Amino acid sequence: MVGSDTAARVPAGRPAPDTVKILIAGGFGVGKTTMVGSVSEIVPLRTEEPLTMAGLDVDDLDGIEEKRATTVAMDFGRITVSDDLVLYLFGTPGQQRFWFMWNDLALGALGAVVLVDVRRPESSFAAIDFFERRGIPFVIAVNGFHGEHPYPVEDVREALALPEGVPVLLCDARERESCRDVLIALIDRLIAAAAPAR
Amino acid sequence: MGGGDSAGRLVRPFALTGGRTRPSRADFTLITTVTAADPQPEAAPRPQPEHTRILRLCAEPVAVAELAARLDLPVSVVVILLCDLLEAGRITARPPHPVTRTTPDLDLLQKVRDGLGRL
Repeated sequence: MVGSDTAARVPAGRPAPDTVKILIAGGFGVGKTTMVGSVSEIVPLRTEEPLTMAGLDVDDLDGIEEKRATTVAMDFGRITVSDDLVLYLFGTPGQQRFWFMWNDLALGALGAVVLVDVRRPESSFAAIDFFERRGIPFVIAVNGFHGEHPYPVEDVREALALPEGVPVLLCDARERESCRDVLIALIDRLIAAAAPAR
Repeated sequence: MGGGDSAGRLVRPFALTGGRTRPSRADFTLITTVTAADPQPEAAPRPQPEHTRILRLCAEPVAVAELAARLDLPVSVVVILLCDLLEAGRITARPPHPVTRTTPDLDLLQKVRDGLGRL
C-alpha cells in the first residue's frame, strides 16, 4: 500500500471541512459495502474495533485474550459534496450481535438507507426497526440481484410492513447513478420533512 | 481497595495508550476532522512514534475514521492518541455538523443534495 497515505483531498492550508454522515444499513451480505463503494470517491476503507474496547463494561474484560480475536468491521466511503462539506457513508455491521455499535454510529447521522434483498427481506427487518424506534429518517432501497427486480414496489412495501411515507426505491448497488439516486431520495425526504408547512 | 489485580488485567490491551481508557472521547467522533497544528508548538513534549505517524497523516484535514483505517488501528485507540495530541496543542479538531431532528438545517440539506446531483 505504498503511497496510500494521502488521506485528504483538501489542499494544505485549507480549513477543515464540515462533515455529515449517512448510514447504509441492512442484513448481512445485502450489498452495503458495494453501495458505499459505488458512490464513494475513495476505495471503501475499513475500521476494525476489538469488541473488548467497543463499549463493554469493565467487568466484561475477563478472559480478554479470547475476546480480542473478535472484531466489528465497518466499511465507509466519502463524497466531497462541496469545497467545505464532506459526506461520509458508513456501512453498519450486519450481524445483530454487534448492534451496540449502531447507537454510536447513528448519533449525528442525517439519516439512513436500508438495503433490502427481496429474496430474504427478513434480514433487513431489524435495521428497519432500529431506525423507526429512534426516529431516524430512512428510505428503503431494494438491491436487485443482477440488477433485476421481479417484485413491484407495492409488494415490497407490504412484505416489509412499512409505515406510510417511507420511500421504497429499486436500485442496483453496483451502479453509481442508482446509488446516487437513492441518496438523493433520502435527502429529499429530509428536506420535505424540514420545509415549513404551507 | 483490593483493585490491584483487576487493574493489571486492564492495562494490557492499552499498552499503546499508556494504560488510559477514558479520554475525553466526546471530542472525537468518527467524522470529527483533525488537522496538525502548523507550526507545531515548540514547548510540547516530544511525540512518540504513533503520534508522529498521526501528525504526518493529518498534515491536511482528515476524519478520525479515515485516520484509524489508514493507521490500521481501532478507532478507540486512535481517539486516545488524538486526545494526547490535542492536549499537547499539536492538532486541532473540528466537530461534525450538528444534526438535530427538531430543527433540521435546510441549507445544509440543500447543499448535500446539490453535491450529490453533480456526481
